[in-house]
Amino acid sequence: MSGQGAQDAKFFQRGKIQEFRAELQAAESKDKKFTKRKTVLKKIVANITMGNDMSPLFGDVIQCLGIPSLEIKKMVYLFLVCYGRSKADQIRAVMPNFLQDCEDRNPLIRALAIRTMSYIPAPIVVEELEDPLRHALKDRDPYVRKTAAICVAKLYNADPRKCERNGFVELLRDLLLDTNATVVANAVAALTEIGDRQDGVIFKLNLTVANKLLAAVGESSEWGQIYILDSLLRYVPEKHEDAELMAERVIVQLQHANSAVVLTTIKVLLYLMNYMENRRLMDYICKKMGPPLVTLLSSGPEVQYVALRNILLIIQRRPQVLKNDVKVFFCKYNDPIYVKLAKLEIMYRLAREENAREVLAELQEYASEVDVDFVRKAVRSIGRLAIKVQPAADDCIKALLELIETKVTYVVQEAVIVIKDVFRRYPGRYEGIIPTLCANLDALDEPESKAAMIWIVGQFADRIENADELMDDLTYTFLEEPTEVQLALLSASVKLFIYKSHSDTTKALVHKVLKWATEEVDNPDLRDRGFMYWRLLALSPAAASEVVLAEKPAITTDADRMDRGALDQLLLHTGTLGSIYHKNPETFIRGATGKALTDSPALNPLSRQVLVPVARTQLLPPASIRVPGPVDPRVVNPPSPVLPPRQNGASLPADAGAALVPSASQASTASTSPATQDLLGGEDDGEGEAETEDHDHEDLARAQAVAPASDPYAALDNAFGGHIADAPQHNGDANDDLLF
Amino acid sequence: MISAFFIFNQKGEVLISRLYRTDLKRSIADVFRIQVVSNSDVRSPIITLGSTSFFHVRINNLYIVAVTKCNANAALVFEFCYRFISIAKSYFGKVDEEAVKNNFVLIYELVDEICDFGYPQNSEADTLKSYITTESVMSTNIAPEESSRITVQATGATSWRRGDVKYKKNEAFVDVVENVNLSMSAKGTTLRADVDGHIQMRAYLSGTPECKFGLNDKLVIDKNERGTADAVELDDCRFHQCVRLNEFDSTRTISFIPPDGEFELMRYRATSNVKLPLKVIPSVTEIGTTQVQYVVTIKTNFSNKLSATNVILKIPTPLNTTSVDCKVASGKAKYVPAENVVIWKIPRIQGGQEVTFSAHAALTSTTTRQVWARPPIDVDFQVLMFTASGLIVRFLKVFEKSNYQSIKWVRYLTKASGSYQIRF
Repeated sequence: MSGQGAQDAKFFQRGKIQEFRAELQAAESKDKKFTKRKTVLKKIVANITMGNDMSPLFGDVIQCLGIPSLEIKKMVYLFLVCYGRSKADQIRAVMPNFLQDCEDRNPLIRALAIRTMSYIPAPIVVEELEDPLRHALKDRDPYVRKTAAICVAKLYNADPRKCERNGFVELLRDLLLDTNATVVANAVAALTEIGDRQDGVIFKLNLTVANKLLAAVGESSEWGQIYILDSLLRYVPEKHEDAELMAERVIVQLQHANSAVVLTTIKVLLYLMNYMENRRLMDYICKKMGPPLVTLLSSGPEVQYVALRNILLIIQRRPQVLKNDVKVFFCKYNDPIYVKLAKLEIMYRLAREENAREVLAELQEYASEVDVDFVRKAVRSIGRLAIKVQPAADDCIKALLELIETKVTYVVQEAVIVIKDVFRRYPGRYEGIIPTLCANLDALDEPESKAAMIWIVGQFADRIENADELMDDLTYTFLEEPTEVQLALLSASVKLFIYKSHSDTTKALVHKVLKWATEEVDNPDLRDRGFMYWRLLALSPAAASEVVLAEKPAITTDADRMDRGALDQLLLHTGTLGSIYHKNPETFIRGATGKALTDSPALNPLSRQVLVPVARTQLLPPASIRVPGPVDPRVVNPPSPVLPPRQNGASLPADAGAALVPSASQASTASTSPATQDLLGGEDDGEGEAETEDHDHEDLARAQAVAPASDPYAALDNAFGGHIADAPQHNGDANDDLLF
Repeated sequence: MISAFFIFNQKGEVLISRLYRTDLKRSIADVFRIQVVSNSDVRSPIITLGSTSFFHVRINNLYIVAVTKCNANAALVFEFCYRFISIAKSYFGKVDEEAVKNNFVLIYELVDEICDFGYPQNSEADTLKSYITTESVMSTNIAPEESSRITVQATGATSWRRGDVKYKKNEAFVDVVENVNLSMSAKGTTLRADVDGHIQMRAYLSGTPECKFGLNDKLVIDKNERGTADAVELDDCRFHQCVRLNEFDSTRTISFIPPDGEFELMRYRATSNVKLPLKVIPSVTEIGTTQVQYVVTIKTNFSNKLSATNVILKIPTPLNTTSVDCKVASGKAKYVPAENVVIWKIPRIQGGQEVTFSAHAALTSTTTRQVWARPPIDVDFQVLMFTASGLIVRFLKVFEKSNYQSIKWVRYLTKASGSYQIRF
């Protein structure tokens, strides 16, 4: 418990290779307790840390391996891990030391040796590692076995085919039944890693093995619990009862102190619920999930952020989980900005008639804060609240008008953008406020708000007395405007002309704009639209009026809920990066494997219907290795593509591809009308969406009516406009390679 | 999983760099320095560039960073960073640039041990200390039997405790610490009042003690079910790794074999019947555009045998304040222009008392019409032997095969720091 004693900061100084070499050589004499050499090695490690290339010292450093000091050994090993791969020719010299350590009587040393060797993916090391690793996987000491399990994953990473040929995957699989829970957990972690590779083996669990793994959870470390719980998604329940029983066993882990255990448990529960039938149990599970999710908000801000982004997904799929908890998502003044932005979205989603007043009061409070992004999002949320909760619309509009009064430009612009949507949601109710908006025309300098305002002017040109003057002003800069604004100007001037076709000014205006759009602008969209309007007006102004001023469908908030099938799929990634960005990992991480619900007789019909299959970018056909088959000691497994039929959950491999597509008979039942009626009657898959909100049912109806769109996620982020921090940055493949 | 682990100082210099996987080079550290350390407007603890994601946690001007190239479990990565911090605290007492630099070799040993190939491994400080020490160890000196004992413990079902702990005097200290979150609207209605509690335990008990712990709680799963009057309703609780969750689920008893020394036994949340220890009544009036008048009164809301200590109020002032004239009967008040607040410190307020602050802020006239955002008044305080939730420890029983007597101490503390906010 000392540590105060260590004064190693002085070693953080740039040193020269020559000096270190000389110091190492000088230290060989009269070095009692090896303190001299220890000091030089520390300097070298500090230099490695600072990013100086110490690899020329390879030959000198490995001389220290013979010293019987664990501290020195660990430093040399660290050096080897850093440079071993690039010095493949010299690494051979160290092998005897490694192999000797692999035989050490001390299990910590044995484990250290194989752990270090497996970090060096040079062919010679990999080759030498094979025998010791095989022994280590059967070592009597659990610490060595748990280290060896991870070594297999490393070896697989270095040379997959060799690893398979040597039977390490089978040895790893046998560890799934180890008596020590830590060993089991690491074996699961290693197999998961191998199974997630696109060229890896298929790692699936049957009921027996899944239950055995589950039994190890209680004795595992918290990390081990995560690995094991995570692997349960590889088990596909064939019967409702299997899923239900497993959920009942898993649910106690919700009380764990580690947030990753909690989120992984929730992931498992959400997954299993897709295969359940018992509605009471599902209601119970949903009720149990709420409090732990809220408790995550008292963790550090980073974990809060992860939790919030996940909650946002979860409440879209299982609204009853946090139905009454909007208050806990109110922002604290000193929350980090990323927490605030994430909370804001959840507040909007949990807003209902009963709590709209409180939510609005909060949003108004936020609209006067300092952070521009946050304020904008708050203002926009007020507008969206008006659209979502009809009884609150009056108050929201009042709030927006007050905000416009502040004359803060970005506030005004956001307000204008949402008010445009409010007009579309409630035609004929709020047009009285148009003059106030027009008075703030000058404040608008961003394309989106400008386009929104122009839309308003055009759409309501008959009610705005000086619409032609306004439009004349607005078109003044037509050629300099961005396309978004130009398009809006074009449509608005046509609308204006149709409303006031007798006026000469409007005639001149529309003529001018059409001429610009068709002759001066390069953008093909704009040009085409210009030609279209022009011809329409030339051929039949009456028809033009019918087309241009056609009644628009009222806006709803449906569009910002994610597609059910897409949600089901994303929730398989609960707690991971994908769940934070609300994107499937294969769409933004190279080499990541997608996930999809696997069909089984227990899968609820609606989930089956909206199932989004994974777009597998398979490079190689997966080697099929029987995993796991621990009850069968005579295991021999020629990689065979011929699959025996699935029976009674026995240890059989299932082809990943085949499981993704519902069989013909299942698909046809799902699309027949009885199933559909059930869903509409609120009797969906029983997750108790007894929500009275209309759009829930609409959503369900939509979910089964619409086949999964090409990009089911398109809707979500649009709900809050462009400024969202929560997106991975795509910076081209070239750049990605730089990072590599 | 985690591909690399780094520690950066505030200047973006690398203090620790450990690559767990070959899919990254050390030069990735430069990317983090450019994207995060030298970026003044970092808006997320996770940054994803291409397939590479950087997770960072800040502590004392250090950046604890994990880098991944896969769809990593984000909660796990952050928990790992937090755990590293707590292990470092337990080893070095503090986690700052000096401590990291002074112990970098040991830190390399630790990060090699607690994370293998990017998979977090046993990270119980108590166990780690039995084989990763600040004193240098001769590899020949460790007896194999001794190491076997360590390895069994490190992978065992009670990986958090050594079996050979001995104390002359067997004692257990229990601290119930409650953080009160309050958000009060300008109209004086409570927008949100809840308690984040945790029970900290320091166990100095010999052998392998079996503990049972009891509270006057009642876990509310369904808000509609009402329990006995004296039971405190907890919305949720989370337990240390050592608590048997199955047992808690079926019988509601908290039973466990504690780690040796200090640990957090449980965390809980309570939202019903929260007793707010301090009532703050602000009255802030803007007089014209050049003056603001403050009257802030604090009333204590607990027995007069107790007292609130270290009470600190941060009362915001407009950005164009030139001077503030404060009058206080107790404590000290001072205008801090850099933070745009008046800080009013009161060392102690007895239960049942009331103290008042009045001030007068003079403003310069500005041309900008920006309205004053009026951030909330923030109140920090501590009240000993008081729980806002009403939670009480009913019993702590210790069973050990040698049947020794043990002494138990219980303390209660309710506090707020940065979370007790009153709008005005």
